[in-house]
Amino acid sequence: MNFRFLHIVERNFLVWRKLMIPSLTTNLADPLFYLVGFGFGIGSLVGTVNGRPYVEFLAGGMLCYSTLNSATAEALYSAFSRLKMQRTWEGILHAPMTVADIVLGEWLWAAIKAVLSGSAILLIMYAFNIAHGFRPLAVLPVLFLLGLCVAGLALVMTTIAKGFDFFAYYFTLVLTPMSFLSGVFFPLQSLPLSVQKIALVLPLAHAAQLSRGLVFGDDMPHPGWSLLLLAVYGIVGVVVSIRIATQRLHR
Amino acid sequence: MSSMLSVDTLTKRYDDRIVVDGISFTVEPGECFGILGPNGAGKTTTLRCCLGLSVPDGGHITLCGLDVPGQARTARYRAGVVPQFDNLDPDFTVEENLLMWARYFEFSKAEARARVPRLLEMAGLQDRSKAKIETLSGGMKRRLTIARALINDPDVLFLDEPTTGLDPQARHLVWDGLKRLTKDGKTLVLTTHFMDEAERLCDRLCIMDAGKIIVEGSPRVLIDTLIEPVVVEVYGEDIAGWAETTARPLVDRLEMTGETAFCYAQSAEPLLASIGYQTGLRAMRRAANLEDVFIKLTGRDIRD
Repeated sequence: MNFRFLHIVERNFLVWRKLMIPSLTTNLADPLFYLVGFGFGIGSLVGTVNGRPYVEFLAGGMLCYSTLNSATAEALYSAFSRLKMQRTWEGILHAPMTVADIVLGEWLWAAIKAVLSGSAILLIMYAFNIAHGFRPLAVLPVLFLLGLCVAGLALVMTTIAKGFDFFAYYFTLVLTPMSFLSGVFFPLQSLPLSVQKIALVLPLAHAAQLSRGLVFGDDMPHPGWSLLLLAVYGIVGVVVSIRIATQRLHR
Repeated sequence: MSSMLSVDTLTKRYDDRIVVDGISFTVEPGECFGILGPNGAGKTTTLRCCLGLSVPDGGHITLCGLDVPGQARTARYRAGVVPQFDNLDPDFTVEENLLMWARYFEFSKAEARARVPRLLEMAGLQDRSKAKIETLSGGMKRRLTIARALINDPDVLFLDEPTTGLDPQARHLVWDGLKRLTKDGKTLVLTTHFMDEAERLCDRLCIMDAGKIIVEGSPRVLIDTLIEPVVVEVYGEDIAGWAETTARPLVDRLEMTGETAFCYAQSAEPLLASIGYQTGLRAMRRAANLEDVFIKLTGRDIRD
């Protein structure tokens, strides 16, 4: 086991630190508008979901949705620009680093950034008195795992992609449908039973269940299975990305 | 003493195209070795294979005594790389690029900071240490890339077309820097298609074409043995007719491109005397150089 991938995390952290203020502001402001706008706005029309105010239901899902978006943005657009436009990966290979070091570092970094986004939501939830006490903090490791899961999948797209256009498929065919079929914005039970079954294999759906369970004490049907599913998606994703990136960079 | 780099029957294919076709050469410590060739000859691919960045289809490479690509990563601790296209990190300043590069070589932060000032000075970039990469000129970027490649005080430096795209002033500055490195005992492996660059810097060189090494030797020996000593370039109206009737009997070898006749001979006098009476022709006499050898061996056709 070596820890060279930490140099990649270090690199990305040092770059991020330069733009920390705008980055953190976005992390806080975006979910704030979502929660206030949708949570209280639509919440006033909806009333309660599963016996709790809509804004709480939404916040539990937003924790995961925001984490997913953040990990995706980093592992898709930022990583691709380092791979293709800036040739940063290619450059790093001239040092005693390997493709696996680079991809693992990008993977870990995307998950760290994702947790940062998730933490911002949790902070807002505390501020709005939606979350209480220490127990909701247990969601953070789950968000990290979700970050690894999503980043692993995104890195596969990144290492395959020839250009940014390619990512449109991933959004249209994978991310957008998953966002609506995972019970983030509305409960899964509102959907036909056959469609609900799809959610069984969607990582976001499992993460949302874990999140509401840990933050609010909602029922978690199969927590172990959910964690395993997230881990498997992430690990398969990163292993496949390493393989593809190796073929791409070591031509 | 064992070779710094040894390449034995290296073969590399892309799809069905053979890019490097069974070449062999060695580079000894302290030597400056040049790989010359037209575009597409396989120079860059050869360098990439030597560093373990491309996986060969056949052959055997050792770098600093280590098998490549098997132990390429470890071998790269002893190597510096200056790629053809600058790939400095655009998200960092000049100084940060060097600091971060040192970290990839597992230097501590303190050690990294200690190594940077001397390299900045060597690259003439002390005053630009806080500058963004995008604000640097082409020459500055290349000097920074060379400085970056020296962060680990490497035994061997690989340079892929180190002066392509630079203006004459910047080229001379880079050449001076590279000469200093050879004086310091560093081994240099460089590719180029500038013959004057190879003649100036290389102790030994090989000329590649279509994936094969055609000749290998010191620039002086190649010029002395492979080409006539004198060249007269003649241009003017109806040059083709003149060249065939008047020039051909007076020279050893004649080549035509467009409006110019390249006349290769042991002595220029007979030809120059005959031109004396001819109006409308202009002649330039010069000593044969590496470029003539190169053109003789690889032809005048354009390569893309």
